[in-house]
Amino acid sequence: MADYAPHTAADITRMLDEVGHTHLDDLFAHIPEQVRVASTLDLPPGRSEDEVLGTLARLAAHNRTDLVCFAGGGAYDHYVPAVVDAVLQRGELLTSYTPYQPEVSQGILQILFEFQTMICELTGLPIANASLYDGASAVAEAAAMACSATRRSRLAVSAGVDAPTRSVVGTYAHPLRRAVDKLAVDEVTGRTAVVDVGDDVAAVIVSQPNSLGVVEDLRAHADAAHAAGALLVVKLEPTAVGLVATPGAQGADIVVGDGQPLGQGLQFGGPTVGFLACTRPHVRRLPGRVVGQTVDAEGRRGYVMTLRTREQDIRRERATSNICTNQTLSAVAATVYLSWLGPQGLVELARGCLRRARVTADHLTALDGVSVAFSGPYLKEFALRVDGADLEMLVGGLCDDGYLVGPIIDDPTQQGAQLLMIAATERRTTADIAGLTAAFARQLDAQRPGGGGPTGPRSGAQPMTSVAER
Amino acid sequence: MTVMGPHTATEPTLFERSRPGRRASELASVDVDDVDLAAALDGVELAEQPPALPEIAELDLLRHFTRMSQRNHGIDAGFYPLGSCSMKYNPRIAERVAALRGFAAAHPWAPASAVQGTLGALWELERWLTELTGLHAATLQPAAGAQGELVGLLLIRAYHEHRDEDRDTIIIPDSAHGTNPASATIAGFETVTVPSGDDGLVDVDALEKLVDDRTAGLMLTNPNTLGLFEMEIERIAAAVHDAGGLLYYDGANFNAIAGRVRPGDMGFDVVHLNVHKTFATPHGGGGPGAGPVVVSEVLAPYLPTPVVIADDGPQPAYHLEWDRPRSIGRVHGFHGNTGVLLRALSYLQRHGGDGLASMSAKAVLNANYLAHRTSGTLPLAYPQHPPMHEFVLRGTAVREHGVRVLDVCKRLIDLGYHPPTNYFPLIVDEALMIEPTETETPETLDGFAAALDRAVSDAADDADLLHDAPVTTPVRRLDEAKAARELVLRWVADDDA
Repeated sequence: MADYAPHTAADITRMLDEVGHTHLDDLFAHIPEQVRVASTLDLPPGRSEDEVLGTLARLAAHNRTDLVCFAGGGAYDHYVPAVVDAVLQRGELLTSYTPYQPEVSQGILQILFEFQTMICELTGLPIANASLYDGASAVAEAAAMACSATRRSRLAVSAGVDAPTRSVVGTYAHPLRRAVDKLAVDEVTGRTAVVDVGDDVAAVIVSQPNSLGVVEDLRAHADAAHAAGALLVVKLEPTAVGLVATPGAQGADIVVGDGQPLGQGLQFGGPTVGFLACTRPHVRRLPGRVVGQTVDAEGRRGYVMTLRTREQDIRRERATSNICTNQTLSAVAATVYLSWLGPQGLVELARGCLRRARVTADHLTALDGVSVAFSGPYLKEFALRVDGADLEMLVGGLCDDGYLVGPIIDDPTQQGAQLLMIAATERRTTADIAGLTAAFARQLDAQRPGGGGPTGPRSGAQPMTSVAER
Repeated sequence: MTVMGPHTATEPTLFERSRPGRRASELASVDVDDVDLAAALDGVELAEQPPALPEIAELDLLRHFTRMSQRNHGIDAGFYPLGSCSMKYNPRIAERVAALRGFAAAHPWAPASAVQGTLGALWELERWLTELTGLHAATLQPAAGAQGELVGLLLIRAYHEHRDEDRDTIIIPDSAHGTNPASATIAGFETVTVPSGDDGLVDVDALEKLVDDRTAGLMLTNPNTLGLFEMEIERIAAAVHDAGGLLYYDGANFNAIAGRVRPGDMGFDVVHLNVHKTFATPHGGGGPGAGPVVVSEVLAPYLPTPVVIADDGPQPAYHLEWDRPRSIGRVHGFHGNTGVLLRALSYLQRHGGDGLASMSAKAVLNANYLAHRTSGTLPLAYPQHPPMHEFVLRGTAVREHGVRVLDVCKRLIDLGYHPPTNYFPLIVDEALMIEPTETETPETLDGFAAALDRAVSDAADDADLLHDAPVTTPVRRLDEAKAARELVLRWVADDDA
């Protein structure tokens, strides 16, 4: 029985005696007997650290760790430098709480101030908060800000915003009776069509690049949104700005995103970190924590959580959001990562990924029936159309061959059609690309009439973790 | 010149340390064919210059963050009696488990066949949580307790909507966490406040008059935010259920009762658990946490998609089920904070059912002991009922010396202790809310009690000692009004300011 409590039997006897009890169970005696657990629960007994680690290590080994990762869909296999883990494992950062007492929390507060500064740089906007849960809920929070700012309740969300994010926006919008319209994607370019939105629309919401991998023309969307009195909300993949102009420079009012590519690792998609930046007029509508600079009693620079009156612990039902715990340690990881990367590193990373993605696409599209689905420019990720193939079988077969691709997504331009997403990070080599191409060819052959058929056990028949809409 | 060391008062920011051309990163060498970037990005508005990230070498980067850590209090460094936050020891086994390569490298969109280990772990965690809560099914997707609250309330909304019942109010005690009314509002409900009685428990007579055919549900934590067990919970549950409403359990205080009382047995229909509090995964400066939601059978169809399903068959096998037509939809872009959930699972496996029951008892023992030791210094706000894992002191007495409990808290810092939660719950004037947790020794509790007694007696002897505190920290009392009035939310170079 392990509980990490330090009490000796003598401690327990003495402490109970002091508070007027004789047995630990007496501490619960005032609770109605009917609701107390009568016998032991159906749970296994405690085990040693060695046993637990052994059990969970065996379980972890049931995951495939040998796959060469060409998968994307918002989670990318970038290298996480060792210094990120070294900082995160500092106990004073790892085991601290929300910095309610700023004098003993200057470390976390200054790091968050530095995080906010870096998010401003990446987004091209002047104000950022101290993190949100993830990119998808950050879009939902941005939508709420836009509805509050415009006093409107209609959202125009591009079909090129990834399906999980659109589902999250819908989850948050439904109870407040906010309508969610879908903006179509051009079937040739893969870019979100620029249309006149109604004057009841609070926000036009697009992704950069979008979920098809295509770089959007944000300036055109900003103009269209602003002409209708709406805000432009952009969900940004943060490494994109190593190459393309920041959304802020192109007229976005609120820029949000998921910081997974910034030193977070894959971790089955979490924890990651959401970020949110905005223009100055919206500062008091920010959701979540914000750190501000100030001075102490002796005039020295210091940091505190500020704009507290927006927050749930002060304003309660009139708060800008219900966020309390956020993703501080993930924000620390992003701050360390971006410091490690530096401006030149970011440019090299973005260029290196684009080169690898281009070469990967060139190789794969040399195969029969395989094409990049859209003509619009892409960065590290692109959508493939694979004629006549069962994509789930293809993904499963590639997995058997040692390659991870995906996700499979619904083609927003063709009812019932599906696309296969492929991403190439800076970690992919020429040999990886050649290997993927060969495996792709083999799997396509096996699926087509007269092909060799699958050899050996197939995992492709198992249900696929595809990105479905709600 | 700027002196740089672990104890200098003002630490330069990363941006002030930056020097053009200095760097830490070296990326993998590019061995792929070159491509024409201009052609690849034809028609794209390119960045004129890269974002002005810091330019710094790796050693200086590490020193910067090491110094930041030295200017921060964590549970590893000392006692952290923050009421309602459950700051207990974080067993390091959890870090090792989350870092296992199989778990850490799992891609969220990998086929189920490639992530059987992760899916199996999540499925097992769900079984632990349903058994501990006495409920039926769970979602692990919410990224924090407050997001769990939102999910729980949306499940309640979906349940009533599906039954064509128009119920739009959520009843919340006046002592509740601020997240409760905030979550209810963003879930589209009106909030109605039920008062607490003089003894700190929900006024059940008042509640019985408040419930009606508009009541969608009641949000409650038990023990409540004053650290007291709502002994009339069965009457409370009956009042809400008889009116057609559902009961929501805020799991923030589950640390007091895990393994001993089950929310489902108390009549709750939906529960969120703060696994980073109850099951001690590190709080990381305020997150990441995870807020799984566990529900009764009738609410299960509305859970966010996807859910983990164990397949029938001779070998354990799992998949994610997406086709759930009554689902409220997703709340996370991927599957939730899996790394945090794995830490929680390792904690549960270490303790086992018996260890959890023992943990709760020692948490309550420590709180009773510390309440006994400190209530001679400042009175318990609600002495009528025994405290559970936390308790509230009323600090109004220090006002006669011209100080407030905030000043007492700052003096505690100089005496070597992190202050308790103050000014919460809102219904207690000059509240000090103290939660010692089960992993502290009686010696630590004795030391804290002595420090609190000293700080309060200092108020009588030398109030300026409290007004000026803290003096032992890298910075003294910070001007929060100035921070809010003259917003500086990002670093700017002096010559740009």
